[in-house]
Order: sequence, then C-alpha cells, then structure tokens
Amino acid sequence: MTLARSSDIVFARETAMKAMAKIGASAVKRTKFVTAVSEIARNAIIYGGGGAISFRIEGVAPTIRVVAECKDGGPGIADMDLALKDGYTTGSGLGLGLSGARRLVDRFNIVSSSKTGTTVTLESYAR
Amino acid sequence: MNDQTISFATIIQEDFEQILSAWLRNQAIEGVKRTDLVSPRETEAQSRELLAALSRALKTAGIGDDFNFSNPAWDPVREALEQITDSRTQRGVSPTEMFWFIASIKQGIFERLKNTVPDNSNHLIDEVWNATRLINQLALYAIDTFVQKREAIIERQQSEMTEVSAPVVKVWDRIVTVPLLGTLDSFRAQTVMENLLEAIVQREAQVAIIDITGVATVDTMVAQHLLKTAAAVRLMGADCVICGISPKIAQTIVHLGVDLPNVTTRADLQSGLAYAYERIGLRVVAMKD
Repeated sequence: MTLARSSDIVFARETAMKAMAKIGASAVKRTKFVTAVSEIARNAIIYGGGGAISFRIEGVAPTIRVVAECKDGGPGIADMDLALKDGYTTGSGLGLGLSGARRLVDRFNIVSSSKTGTTVTLESYAR
Repeated sequence: MNDQTISFATIIQEDFEQILSAWLRNQAIEGVKRTDLVSPRETEAQSRELLAALSRALKTAGIGDDFNFSNPAWDPVREALEQITDSRTQRGVSPTEMFWFIASIKQGIFERLKNTVPDNSNHLIDEVWNATRLINQLALYAIDTFVQKREAIIERQQSEMTEVSAPVVKVWDRIVTVPLLGTLDSFRAQTVMENLLEAIVQREAQVAIIDITGVATVDTMVAQHLLKTAAAVRLMGADCVICGISPKIAQTIVHLGVDLPNVTTRADLQSGLAYAYERIGLRVVAMKD
C-alpha cells in the first residue's frame, strides 16, 4: 500500500494489526509491532518523501511471523550508525523512531543508499 | 439522405423517442434499472432529460477531433449527469450500475447506425467511435461525480470527528479532563492542546487530566505531542496527569526509549482523578451511616 499522507499511516497500522491478529499474536506483541510500523511508515513519508509498505506472513508455528517491508524513494541515510542512535534526528521529532522501532520487533533490517532510497524490514513473532 | 450526413448526432435528434425506448429496454436487460430503488417513471424522466441535454449539446459541440468534454457547450449535459448520478447513487445504486446505466445508451444508437449507414462503410466505424468516445466520457463522468461526492462526505466526517474528539470536560471544581480517542495526528494534537489550555483559563482549573485509554497506538509522535501538551499545561501553572496507560502501551513506550520526565502518569482514570483531588486538597471518603 502507498505511503503518501499521514492518513496512510493509520491504514498501515490497521493492516499491521490485522496481520498480527491473524497469526494469533499476544496483545503486547501486537501493540509493539504496530507501533514500530507506525514509526517506520512515518519516517518514509517525512524523510523519504513517500513510499510503500507491504505485509506478509511467513513460516509456520512456532516461528510464524509477520514481515513488513517499507520502501521509500528518498535520499537515503548518510550515516546509519548515527541515524540508529537514540535521540538523533535531522527533523523535529524525538529521534527515537528508528532506534525505538528496532527494539520493538524481533528482527530489524535496514538498507539505504542515495540511489535506491531506504528499505526497512520488520519482523515479529506471535509471542 | 446521403450516408455521409448520417451521424450519431442526427440519429439522436431525429430518432429521439426510438433511441430513448431502446435505452430504457437495455437498462432492464443489463439489470441496471434498479426498479427496487428508483421508480420506472423517474428513470424514464431521468433518461429523457439526459438524452435531451445530449441532443441539444450535439447541435453545437464538436465530437470529432475537437471533442473536449470540459467545453462549456457540454455544461447542461454534465449538470444533468451530476443530478442523475447523485439521485441514483444516494438511493444505493452502485458505481458499476451507474456506469452501465449510461453505457447502455450505446446499443440503441449502434443499432440505428447499422440500419441507416450502408455496410462496409468507414463512415459507420467513425460514427461508432465518436459515439463510444462520448458515451464512455459520460459514464466516466458519472463515476467521477460519485467519487467526488463520497470524498466530500469523508472530508466532512473527518472535520466532524476532530471537532467532537477533543471535548474538554470539567469533572470537578478546578479539575478538567480531555478523553482522547483514536488517532492523535499533529492536527488533532494541536486542537486538543488549544482546547485544553483554553479550558484551563476558563474553568480556572488547577489540574488537567489527559485520558489516553482510547488511543490505540502511542508512538514517538504521539508521545511528543503529549509531552508538549503537558509542558504547556505546567507553564500555565496547572498540574497535568496523563492516565489510561495500559500495560501494553507502557511496555511499548519503554522499548521505544521515550522518557517522560516531570510528567505525572497513572494507569487509569480513577487513579488520575484521585491524584487530581489530592492536588486540590480534597479527599473522597465513604459516607457514615
């Protein structure tokens, strides 16, 4: 689904919530994953100039998981270590979105270049 | 009549009644007449009105290479289309049915062209193309009208939601509360802050309770809005307590790494209210019997 406006973040969160419900995730797991998706989707819109996010379910119990892939067409992240540091921001936020999202999920991957933009992959197990 | 002068425009003008009844028949065949929602008489009146507008517009407006549906010559047709689409879709006719309702004019016109223009005529193909292009345009315009109406409704509902979603309530002398529901985007956060600060002045409140029980997701942006609102409340000399922080939200906030220094928080509204009573020097006691 497309990420262009802030209302798209709401839709991304709802979709993330439904996917987590589908794999029977606990309430805490759901909230954590949805919050991480919210952060990443907002970053794609604010810093990446918009993008797209997709969700899929992978594996079987007990390793069944929801995978979210968020791509933007932005300028990429120049200094990844710095971007993942708590409190660092080039905008006006708290600087915790990226680092916080990484702590909220079971697996976190980020690939960024000035040519292809930034792709963030988030994975969360059911428990 | 020379076959070069026979065009779908002249057909609509000269065989108006035949085209109209063929259209009405086709609406029924395509199953888009929806007599359960719109009476046959009304449908006939609508169809007649649109076809008449079309017939009149075709006298002046070009349909060849110079065809342009936004040309003022098509104004009455667009107007008629908007009215018909509005009237039908409001009663529950679907956009697909609306599309076929309009598109089913074609068959009658094609039939008539077939019978009047000689076989193997390039002219026939040209006229079929002209008619198709125009009528597709009409059908798509009907869909556009439908979408625009829907968007207007959504927009209105959105602003209504913003209005009602931040009511500041006086719960006691010098205590106000604002229950937050749903999504707290920047615009709504701004509204909440303004309403709350305004209420603190008006109600001479000493304590402001922000209840986030109804907020599903507290991400860094929501947290930042809450922190800003709490700071503004404090600047006005009042106390601020954020309550309704569920266990799952609490854990999420901790993992996010959001620090809430100098912000009083409570798990639920009851504890928030208890805190507020304490701050203004009140106590809730059981009645003695």
